[in-house]
Amino acid sequence: MKRGSWSFPYFIFLLIFVVLPLALIFLYAFQDAEGNFTLKNFSKFISSPEAANTFVYSIGVAIITTVLCILLGYPAAYILSNSELCRSKVMVVLFILPMWINILVRTLATVALFDFLRLPLGEGALIFGMVYNFLPFMIYPIYNTLQKMDHSYIEAAQDLGASPMTVFTKVVAPLSMPGVMSGVMMVFMPTISTFAIAELLTMNNIKLFGTTIQENINNGMWNYGAALSLIMLVIIFATNLFSDSEEQTNNEGII
Amino acid sequence: MKKFFAQAYLWLLLAMLYAPILIIAIFSFTEAKVLGNWTGFSTKLYTSLFSGGVHHSLLSAIENTFIIAIVSAAIATVLGSIAAIGIFNLRNRQKMIMNTLNNIPMLNPDIITGISLFLLFVSLGITQGYATVILAHVTFCTPYVVLCVMPRLQQMNPNIYEAALDLGATPGQALRKVLMPEIKPGMISGFILAFTLSIDDFAVTIFTIGTEGLETLSTYIYADARKGGLTPELRPLSTIIFVTVLLLLITINVRAQRAQKAKEKELK
Repeated sequence: MKRGSWSFPYFIFLLIFVVLPLALIFLYAFQDAEGNFTLKNFSKFISSPEAANTFVYSIGVAIITTVLCILLGYPAAYILSNSELCRSKVMVVLFILPMWINILVRTLATVALFDFLRLPLGEGALIFGMVYNFLPFMIYPIYNTLQKMDHSYIEAAQDLGASPMTVFTKVVAPLSMPGVMSGVMMVFMPTISTFAIAELLTMNNIKLFGTTIQENINNGMWNYGAALSLIMLVIIFATNLFSDSEEQTNNEGII
Repeated sequence: MKKFFAQAYLWLLLAMLYAPILIIAIFSFTEAKVLGNWTGFSTKLYTSLFSGGVHHSLLSAIENTFIIAIVSAAIATVLGSIAAIGIFNLRNRQKMIMNTLNNIPMLNPDIITGISLFLLFVSLGITQGYATVILAHVTFCTPYVVLCVMPRLQQMNPNIYEAALDLGATPGQALRKVLMPEIKPGMISGFILAFTLSIDDFAVTIFTIGTEGLETLSTYIYADARKGGLTPELRPLSTIIFVTVLLLLITINVRAQRAQKAKEKELK
């Protein structure tokens, strides 16, 4: 099959709409408003405790959300993919369905729920809202990998005398790792960078890093906003390297 | 027993996921401006949602949201499927480069995608509006389509394609009759995922929608929530969207299951 060239249009598209825009973030981050080279944007971030604190806090919230989503979502995905435990495909649809509801509507619904139960808005609401918003994005990829998994591996392990626990830790869990990884990607990144959602859930009391960036861009401070975006990009790049090496060791484990 | 606990767990999680939506649905049947106040049963919000006029901006925001989602999901599906076939057939280094590039929009948080595209359009002097929003949505949707189609290509037995060629099919026929049916489920789930992501998007949209007054549901709600009060008509609207999607998805799935059962019977 000589169809490698079919990727060419997409390659051009990616260059224009992904690579070039990212290069622009770099460019703007190292420039002042007049277009001269400067490092001022970064020194401003380091010297302002508010922006730096927001940054660290956002990472914390994202980690907690991701961990909760794995803890709640993995068992659900496992049960859904297991035909002995769950026969109905409608169940799967019910779990993925909330993804179809607009994220702001869902957030406002969470606010409504907390109001209705007379619970205070704040950190608790923030975490609940984030988990509620992103849980389907964790379940879906894990469910997909578990679904596609070759069941003869499990049968082979059982035939060779592995206990259900061993089958899970040595066969099912490693094989579903790619699903978990893409789940983490789909939960961690959006959580760290959301804006508007945190404000709604905490009545403007808690600001996440995304809000700081958005406020700067909105106020016309493109260069400082670009510098903050670049800082976020570096963190994401680091996380990505970490998850990549993790995945590789897992692959070796399977082979 | 194990099954009972498994089912109980699923239902508990579902209860958590649906409690907020349920609250919205219940309070769509009362007139109170503030959500949580019950002032007696009424369908006034439903009638005023459709009477137009006052809430014309809301209706046009819904229309925009759907047009943008359908167009960008369609473009993303075509672009992504062709790209996936291409990438699948690339050799080591080129393949790695393409995969890395394809991963970037997915790894990028929405806000970075939004800001970077905002800077692109601003630098090129392009007026932001429909076209820029659709381009932006295609940018972050296509990688997911590629990811949905790719596993299908990998799972496919490459010999089937070769066999088709050996049996005298032209590459075009082999593509249509062998490759396409194999990747079709991936394309469909890619389209659905792209559509969902587009409808759901807020962060990228707000940076690329410009200031010409174009609104999607997300930006409308955001502006509304910022003003303090939330248009009460959003409650019946969310309820209607929710029920429609629920019925649609359940119908599709029940039909698919029936079709599969019928197929199995035929084979027997």
